[in-house]
Amino acid sequence: MDLSILLGAWVAAGLTLFIFSFLYKDNFFFKLGEHLYIGVSVGYSITLLIFKFMRPKWFTPLFGEHQWILLIPTLLGILILTRFIPRLSWPSRLTFAFIFGFGAGLTIPRSISGYILQQIQGTVIPMITKEGTQISYTFRDFSNLLVFIGVLTVLIYFFFSVEHKGAINILSRIGILFLMISFGASFGYTAMARMSLLFGRCYDLTLFSSKRYYYATPILLCLIILCFLIHHVLSKKHSV
Amino acid sequence: MLFLKRYLPLVICGFTGVVFGIQYYVPHKASEDLLTFINDWMIIIFGFSMILALASLFHVHYQKIRRRQSGWGFSLIVFIAIIVTVIIGIISQGETVDEKGLTSFGWIYTNMLVPLSGTMFSILAFFIASAAFRAFRARTLDAFLLLFAAIIIMFGRVPAGEYLWSKIWGAEFPLQMGDITEWIMGVLNMAARRGILLGVALGAIATSLKIIFGIERAYLGEKE
Repeated sequence: MDLSILLGAWVAAGLTLFIFSFLYKDNFFFKLGEHLYIGVSVGYSITLLIFKFMRPKWFTPLFGEHQWILLIPTLLGILILTRFIPRLSWPSRLTFAFIFGFGAGLTIPRSISGYILQQIQGTVIPMITKEGTQISYTFRDFSNLLVFIGVLTVLIYFFFSVEHKGAINILSRIGILFLMISFGASFGYTAMARMSLLFGRCYDLTLFSSKRYYYATPILLCLIILCFLIHHVLSKKHSV
Repeated sequence: MLFLKRYLPLVICGFTGVVFGIQYYVPHKASEDLLTFINDWMIIIFGFSMILALASLFHVHYQKIRRRQSGWGFSLIVFIAIIVTVIIGIISQGETVDEKGLTSFGWIYTNMLVPLSGTMFSILAFFIASAAFRAFRARTLDAFLLLFAAIIIMFGRVPAGEYLWSKIWGAEFPLQMGDITEWIMGVLNMAARRGILLGVALGAIATSLKIIFGIERAYLGEKE
């Protein structure tokens, strides 16, 4: 087997076990894995930023193709760095104003068309089935009615400009029931997504336990347990 | 000076806000090109803002090392990991794969970043389960509905749930576990989410208008 694949398996198994060791308690191995995670992910982001964004969008067009118009975003970018000097930080406001103006301008039409209109379009749909002159009521129509009631009552629950009394209170209570089901469903969905990740990591650990990878998982696991035992014995001796 | 410090940012914000609010409704190539062009500007500005974020991160960890605070060795590991990853990334030209296969940078991604991030998020499964065990008590109707929906969705998303359901009711039963899960997600859950999304969209529009008209100035570091 290629040495880099073998080394990769050992490193991946080791780092996985380091993080899983937190289930026992907060310890040296977990902290090592945690800080490595921060360092590697920051380093990875910096590299991607340089090679996938800054080089093709800024460095090459500005210095290679002399697109001098790019001096404007360069200047705006440099102005952000004035934040390092609190007394002279006001020019960074110009950049923030540009970013926020751009973001706010984009948000308004996209929220209207992408959220409000599309969501209303999906809610206000036929609640009875009509085929020719025959009118029927199917389970799908019942579901459409439930969606309509759900959206309306949830909106009423979030409408705080009127006091929640009488009919409004009843409707907002129905809205709460819909919200509770939604929160429960979201919880279940998230929990299962995490479980799926957990199965993935367990699958890798099992894979690296094989002879093909020179029993990486059991050996590393034994070493970690041994370290815990030694630490436990030494700390007991110290306390005595 | 007051104009530069206070009014010019508001003018820039209002102008860009109005221009890009209108841009969406102008179905012309020049309008689309303008959006793409300014999007590239945003990437450049974001690149510079990363310097600010990195400086903040380096400052925190440098102070820990300098003062020899507890766990300063881990801060050193953060520095080493960043530097090594960036150097290897530069050598690999930011590519994870080349004609020979995985690059050194790709090796770091596959064997370090993926296992670390996967495991870090997967241990949340244990904490979610333990928190749910302690918090989920069906004392009221609201709590019962939350618990019920969570259990149905969790069972419906694993083969074991389907298997148990078919064992109890039989494989020919017209209503299967997957159908119930889909109905809860697609009808009851969607209705509530739609209500929330509509509220969020209205809130986003209101906030955007306040920013464009200079009523909301928190981004300038002002309270009013």
